[in-house]
Amino acid sequence: MRAVALLAAVALAGPAAAQSQFEKYQQMTAEGSPVELFEMEGEALWRKPQGPRNVSLEKCDLGKGPGVLQGAYAALPRYFADADRVMDAETRILHCMVALQGRSLAEASKRLFGNADNPSEMEYLTAYVAGHSRGVRMTPGTEHPKERAAFALGQKLFYHRAGAWDFSCTSCHGQENKRIRMSELPVLDRPEDARPIVATWPAYRVSNSQLKTMQWRINDCYRQMRMPEPNFGSEATIALNLFLTATGQGAAYNGPGTKR
Amino acid sequence: MAGPMKMRATLGNGFTDVRVLMTHPMSTEQQTKGQPHFIQNVTVKVNGKTVIEGEISQAVSRNPVFSFRLAGGAKGDKIEVSWLDNKGDTNKTEAAVA
Amino acid sequence: MKRILPLAAAALLVSCAAPLPVGERPKLSERDLDEVTAVLKRDFHERGQAKMERVELDEVQRLCNVHADNPPAEQARALEAKLLAAIPFPSGSLIGDWKAGEKIAQSGRGAMWSDKPGEAAGGSCYNCHELSPKTTSFGTIGPSLRGFGKLRGSTPEMQRYAYGKIWNAKAYNLCSQMPRLGHSKTLTEQQIKDLVALLLDPASPVNQ
Repeated sequence: MRAVALLAAVALAGPAAAQSQFEKYQQMTAEGSPVELFEMEGEALWRKPQGPRNVSLEKCDLGKGPGVLQGAYAALPRYFADADRVMDAETRILHCMVALQGRSLAEASKRLFGNADNPSEMEYLTAYVAGHSRGVRMTPGTEHPKERAAFALGQKLFYHRAGAWDFSCTSCHGQENKRIRMSELPVLDRPEDARPIVATWPAYRVSNSQLKTMQWRINDCYRQMRMPEPNFGSEATIALNLFLTATGQGAAYNGPGTKR
Repeated sequence: MAGPMKMRATLGNGFTDVRVLMTHPMSTEQQTKGQPHFIQNVTVKVNGKTVIEGEISQAVSRNPVFSFRLAGGAKGDKIEVSWLDNKGDTNKTEAAVA
Repeated sequence: MKRILPLAAAALLVSCAAPLPVGERPKLSERDLDEVTAVLKRDFHERGQAKMERVELDEVQRLCNVHADNPPAEQARALEAKLLAAIPFPSGSLIGDWKAGEKIAQSGRGAMWSDKPGEAAGGSCYNCHELSPKTTSFGTIGPSLRGFGKLRGSTPEMQRYAYGKIWNAKAYNLCSQMPRLGHSKTLTEQQIKDLVALLLDPASPVNQ
């Protein structure tokens, strides 16, 4: 296998010559990313009959019609009339588990965040759903009154300082060219910074070998902000997600991504 | 521990590029306090004939991905990649060169 | 055709709502703050040491939120003076052990729901500041503190300033991004003294 590894290294070095070190690193992590394995596992779970009704999620309507996956993730979050609320991908998948498969909300949301040894059903499914939007321009819902209200709430949340350490999202994501330790921080209320970020979640994190969803990202930011924990799929988390996605709208979806 | 594998084999000009993904914890001695679990052997076959027999170690990260180039090849050639880990678990995947 | 045209134009108007105010920072009113606090109360839950009382805004957070961290100078000065007067300065030397301080500065733990209550917290200092030249993975949200004591000396006034700033950064700059590490009960008196030593002790790596 030594010779094999060398060959791979040579193949990578060729076209990378004119790139920055950072781009090179990004390309190498993407080439070595096992994110497709999550999509495969997600596909199996999508097709697997489950719950009291013993049906699969194949008829789940993610906004493009029952069972339509193509481009659905890139058009989220958006308003869903059947639930009369704005939903993101994870919340909609959870909705389908309850509405189609007849599972209880408590059972379906028992384990939403997994770990490296045992990723969650939600993580696999989100990777599978998101993978069907590669190359599709991101167009979250921005016209329905509830979508507009969600954007406005998300925006207020973004700038709202609170908690034991007085943090808001802008404490880390509000100034240009700043870092926490060695991590460069995108200014997430600027469209040019938000675009590449929203276009790459969910993402596989090579530092801990886990696939993480946007719901997790928001949850873990609030953990580090020393705040209480947001409820999964709550209006607040979806409002924030819509605010970020609408700020980065127009980007071609390029995930599930691979991150540090 | 035979999670999914995925492979793609594409024909170039006089060569075949193969990319294979494996699901495996690849845990080290240190992480597991002496109970490491990692892939030891990787075998690549083309149309049933072994072309690579490789050994890897605990140093390879979780869910490994390998890319390599084979000389020659033709559309429809059957590539098979299999692994064997230190606990005797094994898995394999097959793909036709496209 | 003549009849259809105005209809089509009307339909177009309906479907094209005004663009969202992307990239614009809204001005938050007191009412907005109350609305957000109510949403946080509804949509968040306590976990571990992160209790729900944390979503309640205090005077500082309110004033900074409604003025986008740029409050009227007079109001800010008055509140800063009040906060400064409330800092419980210990008597005697405020210089502890810089080696202990370095460990506190490195640790990013403390006050999160994932941290064990009662376990010693860190100050997360390196997350935002450059300190010892040995640590190159420092953040840049706060100013560099390299050579802090070398430049300023370690007079009792300087000790008091460093101690007070760490205990309650908002007493010196009302809407500072720095957490109030003593006021929030994240760090103890001794831990803050150790951080003062890290900043001021001539033997500290910060001053090499």
